[in-house]
Amino acid sequence: MSVHEPFAEDLALYALGCLEGDERTSLEKHLEECASCRRELEQLRGDAALLALSASGPKPPARAQTRLMDAIAQEPRGQKAENRRPRPQWWAALGWAAAAAMIVVVAVLWNQNVRLKSSVAVLQGLSEQQRLELGQARRVVNTLMAQDAMHIDVMPVGQKALPPQGKAIYSRQNNGLIFMASNLLPLPAQKAYELWIIPTQGAPIPAGVFKPDAHGGAMVINPPIPAGVEAKAFAITIEPEQGSQTPTMPIVMLGAGG
Amino acid sequence: MAQLYARYSSVVYAVALRVLGDTAAAEDVLQEIFIQLWRNPGAFDSGRGNLAPWLAVITRNRAVDSLRKRRPHTEIGETTVSVEPDLAGEADRGRAMEKVRAVLNQMPAAQRSSLEMAYFEGYSHSEIAEKTGEPLGTVKTRIRNGLMLLRKAVETK
Repeated sequence: MSVHEPFAEDLALYALGCLEGDERTSLEKHLEECASCRRELEQLRGDAALLALSASGPKPPARAQTRLMDAIAQEPRGQKAENRRPRPQWWAALGWAAAAAMIVVVAVLWNQNVRLKSSVAVLQGLSEQQRLELGQARRVVNTLMAQDAMHIDVMPVGQKALPPQGKAIYSRQNNGLIFMASNLLPLPAQKAYELWIIPTQGAPIPAGVFKPDAHGGAMVINPPIPAGVEAKAFAITIEPEQGSQTPTMPIVMLGAGG
Repeated sequence: MAQLYARYSSVVYAVALRVLGDTAAAEDVLQEIFIQLWRNPGAFDSGRGNLAPWLAVITRNRAVDSLRKRRPHTEIGETTVSVEPDLAGEADRGRAMEKVRAVLNQMPAAQRSSLEMAYFEGYSHSEIAEKTGEPLGTVKTRIRNGLMLLRKAVETK
């Protein structure tokens, strides 16, 4: 780096803060005009920082942190030192905006930095667990929805036929609903069955329109329903093919929660 | 702030203790530095270096001011520190400090003493010359060469 030789040593002293008197005044005047010496000064200050960082010693006592946190708790964040120079209003606003942005950036980056390492291991574990669970869930759904899936009613030997029946499996927490029916009676033309959630409060909620297959079987899996509904019963009505927003009487099938 | 403190209080306290040699006074400076950072987080310009060297330097400045019983020379926001290579990571910083301490240990005693009197004890160059009985020019040369040795230490892979 090109540094004006007469000032090379004074620059080092200046960087350490130990240059005084006329030499200091003379150097400061030179620095105003000399970019290369300003760059060298910046580097020398970095060298001096190495000296500062070389200090080692015991950790501060625990009481120091308690004292600091107590002091911080007693004053609003971002309050500037009282002896700062007054500035025009918009500069102050700009400064506050920069400070606020810095708070956010520093807080976010540091928080991320500290947590990321520990989170990675946790996430890797979760990811593997979710991968296994997803694979299992996919197999269940694929089996239920498969074209070749056989829907067989198993009944006491000698009994010829079962009445129409269905099973609704509902999880409020997961907002999931699976309904499977068998032995459903054939529908009139342009009609369909509609599943309803009967909530503990309020009107019945439509939960899927379906038609039975040739064997009277039908399935509804996770229809769009509002979250968090507390269900007390499930009902089936016969509705127009496009479904209804309110059930048409009579209710042809009904089951209440336990 | 708790995370900042957990990560950097050791650096600040070590520098303050190195300068002041007194745990109570070092705790005062530690408190003052983190309160300043809390009040004025924008004072640290992340575009011009990383936090550890900056904190070390403002701590040194504030501790020397306290030692010399003088008013703070500079606002913390006016202090910029740019260290090459980048010492953002604790591992990088640890390795660099090992090199710096090794260089300091190998340095001639008079040179190391001049550096430390200037930086950690806040003496002016003329005061150092007077205390050591060395010519002013010798003190200046020793200090500059000492800083150059530190620079080379961290530049060397």
